[in-house]
Amino acid sequence: MEFKYDVVVIGGGPAGLAAAYSAWEQKDTKVLIIERLEELGGILNQCIHNGFGLHYFREELTGPEYAQRFIDRLKETDVDIMLNTMVTDISSERVITAINPVNGCFEIKAKSIVLAMGCRERPRGAISTPGTRPAGIYTAGAAQRYANMDGYLVGRKIVVFGSGDIGLIMARRMTLEGAEVIAVLERGGVPSGLTRNIVQCLDDFGIPLMLNTTVVDISGRSRVESITIAKTDSRKNPIPGTEQKIDCDTLLLSVGLIPENDIPEATGVRMDPRTNGAVVYENDETTTEGIFACGNILQVHDLVDYVTSEAIRAGKGAAQYAKNGEPGSEGLLDVEVDTNMITYAVPQMIRPANVEKNVDISFRVRDRYEDSRIVVKDEEGNYVARYGVKAYIIPAEMQRITLPGKMLEKAKGSKIIIGIEKGE
Amino acid sequence: MYDVIIIGCGIIGAAAAYELSKYDISVALLEKENDIAQGATKANSAIVHAGYDPEEGTLMAKYNIKGASMMKGICEAFDVPYKQCGAFVLAFDDNDMQEVEKLYKRGKNNGVPGLRITGHDETLALEPHLSNNIIGALYAPSSGIVDPWDLCIAYAQTAVRNGVDLKLSNTVVDIVKMDDRFIVRTDKGEYETRYVVNAAGTHADRINDMVCEHRFTIVPTKGEYYVIDKKDSDLINATIFQCPSAKGKGVLVSRTVHGNLIVGPDADPQEDPDDTSVKQSALDYIMEASLRSVPTINFRSVIRSYAGVRANSDVGEFVIGEAPETPGFINLAAIKSPGLTSAPAIGLDAVDILKDAGLNMKKKNEYVETRKMIRFDELSAEEKNALIADDPHFGKIICRCEHVTEGEILAAIHDVIPALTIDAIKKRCRSGMGRCQGGFCGPRIAEIIARETGMPMTDILQGPVGSEILVAPTKSREEA
Repeated sequence: MEFKYDVVVIGGGPAGLAAAYSAWEQKDTKVLIIERLEELGGILNQCIHNGFGLHYFREELTGPEYAQRFIDRLKETDVDIMLNTMVTDISSERVITAINPVNGCFEIKAKSIVLAMGCRERPRGAISTPGTRPAGIYTAGAAQRYANMDGYLVGRKIVVFGSGDIGLIMARRMTLEGAEVIAVLERGGVPSGLTRNIVQCLDDFGIPLMLNTTVVDISGRSRVESITIAKTDSRKNPIPGTEQKIDCDTLLLSVGLIPENDIPEATGVRMDPRTNGAVVYENDETTTEGIFACGNILQVHDLVDYVTSEAIRAGKGAAQYAKNGEPGSEGLLDVEVDTNMITYAVPQMIRPANVEKNVDISFRVRDRYEDSRIVVKDEEGNYVARYGVKAYIIPAEMQRITLPGKMLEKAKGSKIIIGIEKGE
Repeated sequence: MYDVIIIGCGIIGAAAAYELSKYDISVALLEKENDIAQGATKANSAIVHAGYDPEEGTLMAKYNIKGASMMKGICEAFDVPYKQCGAFVLAFDDNDMQEVEKLYKRGKNNGVPGLRITGHDETLALEPHLSNNIIGALYAPSSGIVDPWDLCIAYAQTAVRNGVDLKLSNTVVDIVKMDDRFIVRTDKGEYETRYVVNAAGTHADRINDMVCEHRFTIVPTKGEYYVIDKKDSDLINATIFQCPSAKGKGVLVSRTVHGNLIVGPDADPQEDPDDTSVKQSALDYIMEASLRSVPTINFRSVIRSYAGVRANSDVGEFVIGEAPETPGFINLAAIKSPGLTSAPAIGLDAVDILKDAGLNMKKKNEYVETRKMIRFDELSAEEKNALIADDPHFGKIICRCEHVTEGEILAAIHDVIPALTIDAIKKRCRSGMGRCQGGFCGPRIAEIIARETGMPMTDILQGPVGSEILVAPTKSREEA
């Protein structure tokens, strides 16, 4: 049996669901979603807390509810869904190799592909914490899966290392289940999770957030018995003499996310070392023709709502590619950033002729900036756009600007540069 | 009553058990841990040494050379990953070069095939990512790499198929010598046997001393390692050593048979024979030392660090043979490096040692001497399809980093030596050994173990006894 589709979306989480629906909306587009697990929804299925959808639906939903909205929409379409199916290879000619229990090892031909595989959590090995290697050390997401999907607690006396959002959410979740969360530790001086999560998950429950603190040792042969923490210097290295032992049975890690990029990298998609995701154009197309990327595989998001809008753009782009082929790249603009203040921006390139009305650009800042505004300049230093003054702009919160296509037409040179300026 | 009890199911005990399982005798294999291959066998450099290191005339030289020559055949028979990738010993200055020449001569005397000294240019032509600061190297083309756990597991599985009694979670607490037999007491029970083989690794001195004169003291010596993500591992072909020092063979950089890069070890003597905790100072040392050999190793791609404890001893040599004062008690002890390489030869010799000690044995007419493993990710598309058509569990990938299927995990759970912990399955299937280190597949494997065995989820272990991954049901599950 031969499988042929206009658009194949890999991943049935929030990005894949929105991308597939958006591609289908482009009329006469045959769309397939490939999902590794036995159900759609991705990581949202284990995110039973609320706070999803405030931007996109203007409602406060739980993760599974947010996913269900899109699953329900898809039920009204002829989008095909393959569950329990794992993609093992993608060729640059857009032939997908996949495996599942029903079809075996098989190929799917796609006119265009949307990569929406999300990301993985950085494990303990990646931060190379010394000590023993007992049970009781989990990524926050694994603990979340055990608690919310399987219905089990991973521990009773818990330290969370890293102040990422999942870590903060799990600090609250474990507390609600009767566990003692001793502290959340952050190596740097600024928490990496959203402010609202610091307030709602830590402050409201009296859980201390210890900034400039790291884990320097883990003890316990079978199960974690204690950890040793230390204060860190300005380069996040432990300061000798500040060690302190904490008795606990569990260490939860929330130390970052890694986009799930093995397959696109192997396919030859150009990567951005700043995001660990692909380099993309204004419609989320990668540098490999007909292959698009969106969601956490492209850049790590804080809000699912922004994943959705990015995925809608990718799905639409993929459907248009399937119909019309590659858009022209006349007047190609590189999207650059003031590297002193901003770490990266997505998309990295814009083909002005392919911008319908606006293009959304997202990025993260390096530091906290107060009473400042985002500006976009052209190569000659002229303002392309200036945005309103914000009370604060912080690294934990992804920034997003909408740049009207008309303004792009004004830009002189071959690039635009995003910066931050003190507001007045 | 058994004819032979082997104490310890690391690579040495397992190899001996397999060789003995070809004979019409009764053999028991006692292991203190809840799985096999848990000591130095689990955490070492995974090198098949060519044999230029041990001094001429030593047991280490004898078994190294013989073991290395047996390795390819045994790995083929057991379907154990093995690769003859060669090795270089780098010289950075004239002193090192003298050491290289010494190793060359020793290797020649020991009978190492193909040894030669390569100059700066040739070495770099063969291994372009080496430091430009080298002035030459010893090249040993017969050196190789192997999957040490799988070799141990294959030996033990085949031994069990041939009738050996494997008793896990049995810590030997005492041995009593009677006239014609031994009584071996463990924390679980008492076993009678005519012969005892001591393959207890870092605990072998304690076992020896239970019933023999004190003849060696184990100096447990820790070695730390880093494991690098496969995507940044393609820097070398051969194993890269530095010149040996008093601390050992020095820090090496090597590929694993699975495609990762490993870097290590340090050599740190300690009291505790079981302490495998990793020290930051040792990790810093191996990083610095390895960058001297291969300057472009990307330590931001580290996926794991680990440590193993070698059974070094105060005699500096393997202790192999029957204790003269305690007839019937055989040591296969103080097996430090090159212990893994030597294991096939030591196992084979255990048969002769027991014969010489008076054990009558006759080869069985039939016994198993091969083992097959299904490694799904290595198969062709046609082979994968045939497998999935036969058993759809092979169509379900559980470990997405290493592409390990549910079929492989079920095979490990239902094996003659059942793998019933997350670590035991990891050792057999590689699940959890990739970039995310089990963050994704760990919970799923726990669910599969629970489903297949009927064990409650709260009893599922990460590895050793006491390593329960979950402590209690959540409130909602309790109410349900």
